[in-house]
Amino acid sequence: MSDVALALGGASFDGLVNIEELAGQGMVTLRGDLSDTTIISAVKDVFGVTLPGTRETAFDGAQGALWMSPDEALLLCPYEEALQRADELSAKLHGSHALVVNVSDARAVFRLKGVMLREVIAKLAPVDMSPDAFTPGMVRRTRMAQVAAAFWMDDANTARIVCFRSVAAYMFGILSVSADDASAVNHFTR
Amino acid sequence: MSTRVHFQGRLINRDRPVSFKFNGTLLNGYQGDTLASALLANDQMLMGRSFKYHRPRGVVASGSEEPNAIVGLGTGNRFEPNQRATTTEIFHGLTATSQNHWPSLNYDVGIVNNLLSRFLSAGFYYKMFIHPRPFWKHIYEPFIRHSAGLGKAPGAESRDADRYEHFYAFCDVLVIGGGVAGLQSALTAARAGAKVLLLEQTAHLGGRAPVDGGTIDGMDPDAWVAKARAELHALPNAQIRTRTMGAGVYDHGYVLGYERLTDHAPEAAGPRHRLWRIRAAQIITATGAIERPLSFAGNDIPGVMLASAVRDYLVNFGVSPGDRTVVVTNNDDAYRTAIALVQAGLKVPAILDARPEGGGALMDEAKSLGIRVETGAAAVKVKGSKCVHSICRGVQAGEGEVLEEIFCDAVAMSGGWSPVVHLWSHCGGKLIWDASQATFRPDHDRAPTSHDGNPFVIASGAADGAFHLNDVLQNAANAGKTAAARVGAEKGDAAASSGEAQGEAPLVPVWMMPQGAKKQLRMKAWLDYQNDVKVSDVQLAAQEGFESVEHTKRYTTLGMATDQGKLSNINGLATLANALGADIPQVGTTTFRPPYTPISMGAIAGEARGDIFQPIRKTPMQGWHEANGAHWEPVGHWRRPYAFPKAGESVHDAVKREVLATRNSLGLLDASTLGKIIVKGPDAGRFLDMLYTNMMSTLKVGKCRYGLMCSENGFLSDDGVVARIDEDTFLCHTTTGGADRIHAHMEEWLQTEWWDWKVWTVNATEQFAQVAVVGPNARKLLEKLGGMDVSKEALAFMDWKDGELAGFPVRVYRISFSGELSYEIAVPANLGRAFWDKLIEAGQEWNITPYGTEALHIMRAEKGFIMIGDETDGTVIPQDLGLDWAISKKKDDYIGKRAQARSHMTDPKRWKLVGLETLDGSVLRDGAYALAEGTNENGQRNTQGRVTSTYRSPTLNKGIAMGLVLNGPDRMGEVIEFTAGGDDIAKAKIVNAVFFDPEGEKQNV
Repeated sequence: MSDVALALGGASFDGLVNIEELAGQGMVTLRGDLSDTTIISAVKDVFGVTLPGTRETAFDGAQGALWMSPDEALLLCPYEEALQRADELSAKLHGSHALVVNVSDARAVFRLKGVMLREVIAKLAPVDMSPDAFTPGMVRRTRMAQVAAAFWMDDANTARIVCFRSVAAYMFGILSVSADDASAVNHFTR
Repeated sequence: MSTRVHFQGRLINRDRPVSFKFNGTLLNGYQGDTLASALLANDQMLMGRSFKYHRPRGVVASGSEEPNAIVGLGTGNRFEPNQRATTTEIFHGLTATSQNHWPSLNYDVGIVNNLLSRFLSAGFYYKMFIHPRPFWKHIYEPFIRHSAGLGKAPGAESRDADRYEHFYAFCDVLVIGGGVAGLQSALTAARAGAKVLLLEQTAHLGGRAPVDGGTIDGMDPDAWVAKARAELHALPNAQIRTRTMGAGVYDHGYVLGYERLTDHAPEAAGPRHRLWRIRAAQIITATGAIERPLSFAGNDIPGVMLASAVRDYLVNFGVSPGDRTVVVTNNDDAYRTAIALVQAGLKVPAILDARPEGGGALMDEAKSLGIRVETGAAAVKVKGSKCVHSICRGVQAGEGEVLEEIFCDAVAMSGGWSPVVHLWSHCGGKLIWDASQATFRPDHDRAPTSHDGNPFVIASGAADGAFHLNDVLQNAANAGKTAAARVGAEKGDAAASSGEAQGEAPLVPVWMMPQGAKKQLRMKAWLDYQNDVKVSDVQLAAQEGFESVEHTKRYTTLGMATDQGKLSNINGLATLANALGADIPQVGTTTFRPPYTPISMGAIAGEARGDIFQPIRKTPMQGWHEANGAHWEPVGHWRRPYAFPKAGESVHDAVKREVLATRNSLGLLDASTLGKIIVKGPDAGRFLDMLYTNMMSTLKVGKCRYGLMCSENGFLSDDGVVARIDEDTFLCHTTTGGADRIHAHMEEWLQTEWWDWKVWTVNATEQFAQVAVVGPNARKLLEKLGGMDVSKEALAFMDWKDGELAGFPVRVYRISFSGELSYEIAVPANLGRAFWDKLIEAGQEWNITPYGTEALHIMRAEKGFIMIGDETDGTVIPQDLGLDWAISKKKDDYIGKRAQARSHMTDPKRWKLVGLETLDGSVLRDGAYALAEGTNENGQRNTQGRVTSTYRSPTLNKGIAMGLVLNGPDRMGEVIEFTAGGDDIAKAKIVNAVFFDPEGEKQNV
């Protein structure tokens, strides 16, 4: 399915950063012991990446894995492949104690682009966004204002934010307000 | 007469005049003025009236400690009461109004309270208004409400015109205060390599040093401040935020900073305030010190000011408080004010120094300038009303005999300095009494401690009791070095700058002037200006047995005004100590609580207003609902359609239409909001057996079962249908509002009690859109869509199956909350809208009717199904609702089982669920009580039950209700009375709660 019905139909905003609702992202929740070698190798087989360490990400092109907690990972792949890959991983883990669920439709994904993205996020999430504390390769599962969220940086000027689908409009609203051109804090930049 | 002088004014720009309004009069100031300095420049010494006696009051201080000069700022949507003129930067078009006066600032009728002041002493309210009792409500309270209160509340219809935001920041060392101490601490910590953030509440760095003089590293203080700022700016690990107050220090290095971005430029774009939510490993409080007033009669008359404030207005703003200023002091620092005034060409008729020996080098300098110095002297009283007329000199050791009347138009007083220990104290830092300086200062051995038991706050400079310029700098450098070392930053040179200033002779504590002042003088000697608390009030409280400083504070209202006693605290407790014959440290201070000065509600709310006040959760079909006129109902954070009224149709009629269409043909419900939690693992069955009251482990794969969940206390908490997906996997439906709560409940038990059970859970609520297709034609519609077999044989009541319908991947549950033939169909959320549209289109031939939550509620009530939140309220157990059939007798345990065995829970007198039918077909009131004979001890009518759900049933065309009634199930057919508003009653018959299709024939086809 290339024309996934997004929560906001692909909304976008330009301010301190560019904000864009991204097209469907395949997402599979894995609950299990992330240090279990059976689980690690099954994930490697199906999603092509080695499960990341605490608060880290692992990417291989469109495939990836985000650390969510010591017993939870969020696995990424193209939207169209998520269900099949979830089934495949589930099958490989048959007999292991693990739960694999396709959650691709449960979420909305936003991309922030621009040098001020650290500041926009720091207005909403209780996270140290300074460049020496948060870098590409890391993920934070936290809250933004009043809703649960996770985010990571693809590169120095790009971040992706995941939230529940039902609060996509709220997330877009708080991000847009926080990215208002007249509200720069200039805390991370001079 | 206060006025602008033609030189000095380091903070104002005389090339930039600014016009503003005070009480409707257009006045002029300069860019850089505070409202207080600009008013003084316009000879507007009278700035407000006091809270209790409505006495005329002028500005007394120059900073955030100001108790008197508080005004209403702005108009309409930007009106804000109780703003300090001393911390308000003026701008073009500023509008300020004085407070607490009627009809005008100059002529106030409330001043009559002043004449009654000897009747309005400490504890007056408590004593006076006790009797007669009814007078309180009808006479006393309205009177007090009218005359009390400072600022007006903003208009009821006004809406804050601005927006606000939060910002989360993290640092190694947070320095609060940008005076020379804060700058030195920040420099030392930053040079050592620590990540430093410095907050300064005003627009300017440097604090008092540039006004007080001396040199730092041989430089003028202003030059040193500029150099320090430049160095910090160049360091990549240091940040400075001005106009940002450190408002509060909390556990584990959490600090709130309050940044005022556009208060000085309200038309500027962007947020007005920003609340900084800071985590700091170490906090340095470089918050300076506050000068204390002296307690002499008439010390509240406009024109009597703190000596430091007089100096500030002169040096910073080029404003003189009067031509002739008498200085009254117990210390050397106030001499600086006299010297500055004389050097500015103004007159200082005398310095009244309470110390028998007088002061040191500063006194000599004053004398050399020709200023008359009287030692061992006291201000007996100040004469004047709206301005100072003269001051009467006596001897400090005496009782108040007047030796001389000195004519003057201003008085500069100084009772010594108190370190600002508020932020040190917010999180538990303790104080010690420093007798040599007559002040409380931080006790280094009892600093606030963090999670690891180690101190995380360090006081710096004057806030630590270091007052000489060089002591300030050395102390501050030590603070910076200690903080940096605690975060492991120890590189570089920790040497401090060196300060040079004149040495000072010690002060002599003066808590009453003169020390033996007679009662009529003590009754005019103010401690707390804003709340009108005098020396005599505190003494009276002590006399009446109030020994604790906290009790005295509440009894006299000392320190309870908007300024929270910044000027009155030490003087008040010293007065109390003297009255009790106790030592000051024995009496101690009251508690310092955040915020340091009031912060705006907008800053606390942050971005949360308007559309983003709170998240509103939306299902994938929300757009259709909006386009089709949904009348909304909030359910948790969701908005669900209550009904879909058509053009010209009332909501009530729409509900009726929706119920009848569903019962007679075909209805459609967006059930996406129901919680869907996946529970998997070898112990999943065992786990669900503990969570639900009934047995879930025996459920067969492919089947559904309704279940109840209780809290540990036995009360019904949630309900829903559980489907067994495979041997190890269950899907638990929860109520709409319960999804997150129940998921958290599951995780809590798994993580804290049954951590060794092999169970995983995932809240998959939002992965699926779910649609209930309901009514006698439901199967026909699904068959028309084509795909999976939905016949009774293939998909019986309480079965579920995966398959396809009209090409959509679906999971279909044959469950019914309406009593009709019903399929609940889950599709991936992104397909939800398309699937809904398909159903609407294909269902036209059966008049498919989307229905809302009210039709849902009515249909379930017709069937006698309970609703969490209607039949339950946190005090109801399943047994009350006749749900014993859903409570397994075979299980050893489930959450709530033990509680349900307790005597009160098994009491046969617990009200039980029944159906209720009015005799005349009318609808009972929601929540109506069933009346019983007699009254209780409070004279209220006894009750024997209450209505939990009540509707007009379109199907049965009469009122139906459910309720909890004493012995209800045993009283079938009995008629009882219910409240019906006022004295009206409604009679209703107790009946079976299942009003419609009791055999369940309609759903099982």
